[in-house]
Amino acid sequence: MEGTMSHLFTHPLPWYIAGPLIGLVVPALLLLGNKPFGVASNFRHLCAALAPCGIEFFSHDWKRLGGWNLAFLLGIFAGAVVASEVAPPLALTLSPHTTAALHQLGLHDLTGLTPHEVFAWASLFTLKGFVSIVIGGFLVGFGTAYAGGCTSGHAISGLADLQPASLLAVCGFFAGGLAGTYLILPIVLR
Amino acid sequence: MTLLPYFLIGSAFGVILVEAEVVSWFRIQEMFRFDAFHMYGIIGTAVLTAAISLLTIKRLGVRGPDGEPLGFTPKVLGTGARYLAGGTVFGLGWALTGACPGPLVALVGAGTPVMLVAFLSALGGTWTYGRLRPKLPH
Repeated sequence: MEGTMSHLFTHPLPWYIAGPLIGLVVPALLLLGNKPFGVASNFRHLCAALAPCGIEFFSHDWKRLGGWNLAFLLGIFAGAVVASEVAPPLALTLSPHTTAALHQLGLHDLTGLTPHEVFAWASLFTLKGFVSIVIGGFLVGFGTAYAGGCTSGHAISGLADLQPASLLAVCGFFAGGLAGTYLILPIVLR
Repeated sequence: MTLLPYFLIGSAFGVILVEAEVVSWFRIQEMFRFDAFHMYGIIGTAVLTAAISLLTIKRLGVRGPDGEPLGFTPKVLGTGARYLAGGTVFGLGWALTGACPGPLVALVGAGTPVMLVAFLSALGGTWTYGRLRPKLPH
């Protein structure tokens, strides 16, 4: 079963199939209930559910406004579990430039979905693990809440709707991403 | 309102994120190093497909169950500070974790359980933003 299913897909699923399918999530959610495609709002809904602490940003009715979005989030998790069981991603073919750059940063095991030397429980309290996982996660949560959206909310939904705010946000995504890649990762990983 | 359809669309999205290796830390590195077209192809065609869909929905004047026309509420631009500053902070986190929010959750289920810590940390980040919100430029 596992063997046959794996061969249904070429790995990775080509961009010209994956991209349009992801784009179709936008009309699917609109037609289903006039919902805007976005993942990061779930952080806000979960904060409102778990620790509102009287903060105005978390005083919204998260069940009514965020219920659908949390169901969507749970779906992402379930879909990822099924996909990695049924048709696990194979060894990826990485571009030679990136491979060389990562070797230079001291990463040698380039298999799997994340570098095992960094994203492991044992690395959590090393500098590279702590910065990549704990600080990185914190910045994702802080930044998406501040910007009012993430890749799905701004880069896909917002740009498709020609919203100037989303174009600014995407410029920020890349400014931060380039700074992280070229300035911070070299210090942290070495 | 039943939540099952949203769960199913989310599942399809999760499957695509894994199968197209959008969840891969290495693919995000390739993207930020401009070494491969893969991620740009995905985001570009996703935007294009979404844009054509939005135009079609507007042209046809499709309305929701409550009679409202389908579409997004426009984001208030203001000074734009929150989008640039917030976007930059998120971009830093995207490069460090190699994951935006969807992939962050997908990775927990796809064999990198330690990403649960990054997810909880992201909740801490959003909570901190909520706390500091009145003092930040928007």
